[in-house]
Amino acid sequence: MSVTYIDAIHQAQLELLREDKTVFLYGQDIGDFGGAFKATKGFKEEFGPRVLDAPISEDAMIGMAVGAAINGMRPIVEMQFADFSSVAFNQLVNQAGTHYYRTGIPIPITVRMPCGGTPGSGPFHSQMVESIYAHYPGLVVVTPATVSDAYQLLKESVQLDDPVIFCEHKFLYRWLKSASIKGDGLPLGKARLTRAGKHATVVTYSAMVHEAVRAADRLAEEGWEIEVVDLRSVKPLDIDTVLASVARTGRLLALGEGFPWGGVTAEVVSRVVAEGFHLLDAPPLRLNAKDTPIPYHPDLWAAHRPTPESIVEKLRELLNL
Amino acid sequence: MLTARTLENKLSSLYKGGKIVGGVYLGTGQEALSASLGASLIKGRDCFSPLIRDQAGRTAFGEDMLDATRTHLGSARGPMRGRDGNIHRGRPHQGMPAMISHLGTAVSVISGMLIAKRMKGELDGIVGATSIGDGATSTGSFHEGLNMAAVENLPLVVVIADNQFAYSTPRNRQFACESLLERAVGYGVGGVEVDGTDLKATLAGMQQAVTSARQGFGPQLVVARLLRLCGHGEHDDASYVPQELRDSLMGRDCLEVGASQIIEDGLATAEDIEIWRKEAVEEVQEAVATAQRERGPDPYEEDWRATSVEGMQ
Ligand SMILES: Cc1ncc(C[n+]2csc(CCOP(=O)(O)OP(=O)(O)O)c2C)c(N)n1
Repeated sequence: MSVTYIDAIHQAQLELLREDKTVFLYGQDIGDFGGAFKATKGFKEEFGPRVLDAPISEDAMIGMAVGAAINGMRPIVEMQFADFSSVAFNQLVNQAGTHYYRTGIPIPITVRMPCGGTPGSGPFHSQMVESIYAHYPGLVVVTPATVSDAYQLLKESVQLDDPVIFCEHKFLYRWLKSASIKGDGLPLGKARLTRAGKHATVVTYSAMVHEAVRAADRLAEEGWEIEVVDLRSVKPLDIDTVLASVARTGRLLALGEGFPWGGVTAEVVSRVVAEGFHLLDAPPLRLNAKDTPIPYHPDLWAAHRPTPESIVEKLRELLNL
Repeated sequence: MLTARTLENKLSSLYKGGKIVGGVYLGTGQEALSASLGASLIKGRDCFSPLIRDQAGRTAFGEDMLDATRTHLGSARGPMRGRDGNIHRGRPHQGMPAMISHLGTAVSVISGMLIAKRMKGELDGIVGATSIGDGATSTGSFHEGLNMAAVENLPLVVVIADNQFAYSTPRNRQFACESLLERAVGYGVGGVEVDGTDLKATLAGMQQAVTSARQGFGPQLVVARLLRLCGHGEHDDASYVPQELRDSLMGRDCLEVGASQIIEDGLATAEDIEIWRKEAVEEVQEAVATAQRERGPDPYEEDWRATSVEGMQ
């Protein structure tokens, strides 16, 4: 039997709802319909009033979740698409993000963000949001790349007392399968060495982990051993694991699917340069999507985001430096 | 209406046959409402921001059918050049903004287009219009936009297609008022309610609202009751719509109602309508074939620039 990434998200929520009566779900079309991606299928039947259909009011959805959290609940909010969280931006960064610092009272909400590109989804159903939310203090930003991480990190996120932006990649939903939902138990906050190597390190997260592994496979045919580090959460950022890898390889490529200005890859590079300059044998490189909105046409889309081909090319550049 | 229905049926089969990627969103059952709006506006003068179910309104407002087929099929020659797809298209400088997906956001954009015309002394006799679904009236954008237009007393017509569902969510999970027409009072704008399945009644109500706006009586809300006779998108079978509702008057097909009204009033015969249908099929085939012959955008020729001025990125 195999489990998909979306199955893992479904299973984690099912267990959370069963184990903790303060957990409830709020989102558009998540009730009888089971959600746009079927992540909440069957929950309305079993949990009734703890699975609520929301109006198309993202701002109010997050505000409501914050209020419920203040009064002892642990809401999970499903954004239909991460792109629409821009409407709730104010409540997320100013209400949820500042609350603990200002009042000493934590806000245990988890906002599930179906993010990332799939062919033909266009500019408003493809965006990555981890970098903007990570920029703001007070938010934890989780970016699972594997089936077991989708399961385990979602459970940890909801059990965490702080607000979590849970970035689940739509491309992985049904494509990514695993024999088991249980992983290695690595806790939230720790990066994982996905593949060991010695010539260069690729630091990445979410769907790009799989593209990096593909690129590493290709280069392995030529004798290059590329190490791949999966951040798993971009905030907290496990810089120790990154530095340990760079210490082994001496070369760094920070890879992300988001827009190129600033963001997670820039943060990784700047921290490695500041804390591990002496470990580097070559200038660190970054590879991101292009600095335009995400195009609709599949040919443009494929050229907009990093692909195994463009990652291989970037790694060759890095290995030749 | 007929042209839009014919075109959309074709787009649906192209999608199901894997020729259109992403999604296809239709306005089946809402053509009378959408066409009434498009036909009540003056092309080249008025502004119209269509939403997802407005193929009929676009056609009536004069949008070239090639814009639709090229955008759906990803032709580089369409107005969006393959950069955006399906209903996310427009010709802003011809009075038709290109919608973004975020619902409710067009109300203030159309208002801004009207404000510009006012500042340039070109507003006299002009109307701006946009459509929205019942679900999208729950957005802050809708509220802020309509309130702002009311404060500015703009000649704006906002048409709400109350099709009973927002994706799968029934209207009683979107708002608690009996009719969205009640909102008009709250915003201090005019309002009219119509049976969206009845072409004659809808056209009459629409013309009344557009005329009021044109004459300077400020924003007007048109609330139409109807049912979407298709899925949210062509990936959706709409199994959440109860059979009783489909069988009720609200589930009537506005195209059939309209045809019998036209025949009854002696405006055309059944044979005429049959001829129009054949013409529509030919027009659609031609527009699809043209777009299919054209190339998509070439990633290597793209300038990958999101600002108009070079060096600003
Ligand atoms: C701000 C925002 N949130 C969520 C969505 C996702 N979404 C797209 S269409 C839709 C339902 C719209 O329902 P309604 O406004 O009633 O229009 P209808 O589809 O019935 O024509 C939803 C939730 C969106 N496009 N924008």
